[in-house]
Amino acid sequence: MARSPTTADPFNAIAESARRELLDAIGEGEATVSELVDRVGLTQPQVSKHLGVLRAVDLVLVRVEGRHRWYRVNAPALKPIHDWVQSFERAWNIRLDRLDDLLGELQQEQEKGK
Amino acid sequence: MNSNRVVGNRHGSAVVTLPGDRDIVITRMFDAPASLVFRAWTTPELVKRWWGFETSEWLVCDIDLRVGGTWRFVIRERGQEVGFHGEYREIVEPTRLVATEVYEGFPVESGTTPDDHAAVNTMTIEESGGVTKLTVLTRHTRPEHRDAHIGSGMESGMQVSFDRMEDLVRELA
Repeated sequence: MARSPTTADPFNAIAESARRELLDAIGEGEATVSELVDRVGLTQPQVSKHLGVLRAVDLVLVRVEGRHRWYRVNAPALKPIHDWVQSFERAWNIRLDRLDDLLGELQQEQEKGK
Repeated sequence: MNSNRVVGNRHGSAVVTLPGDRDIVITRMFDAPASLVFRAWTTPELVKRWWGFETSEWLVCDIDLRVGGTWRFVIRERGQEVGFHGEYREIVEPTRLVATEVYEGFPVESGTTPDDHAAVNTMTIEESGGVTKLTVLTRHTRPEHRDAHIGSGMESGMQVSFDRMEDLVRELA
């Protein structure tokens, strides 16, 4: 399976932890590059570069107002990634819920045995 | 009773994160001692009671718990045999277990075997105040294998009969 470049695939774009941090830092509102520099502790060129990648895969949208560019998260574009990880998480939850139940049973048996 | 303990159960509380492009991290808290969690992962009779699904038939559950020793789990799920195996690399009972993991059905290029693409699982078990935190880090050899691994959750998640799971939960509640 060939892997697409980060600038074409949202899954790859968020494989980089700095970009996940940026999405978190933007949060539910809008933010400018200088605000994001303050929030994530990266340099301005780094933030701009990562925002460029996120924009290329439509994970963030930009709105120009006067001299400022406001960035916001494009939530619908994040959904496939969320769904992808969620089904995996759900499968593990089923397995670990069974482990949880077993641990409870074993502890009950131990207490009875005392 | 310790204040860290929860009322009811912790069902559905496992969290999956992807800290790097080859990694999967699963974390889950349990109201049980670390020693018991370790035993449940390393004793065949106990593994059989939780690792598969309600509908799974166990075919192989071998554990040779020593460094260099191997493990192999094979279940039949909806008529299909699903096998995993690996080798233990580090054993610190009851806090740490490092082992390789190979999915036997992994599609590989010719000239290689699934063993060439073994992932490494590092399990850490931390107990504090009667609550035990389990962390499983799976590191794949390549990002695309990590992605395929996560993609497989979709199938297994859907194969499971949720009704049966809910019944079980209700019984135990």
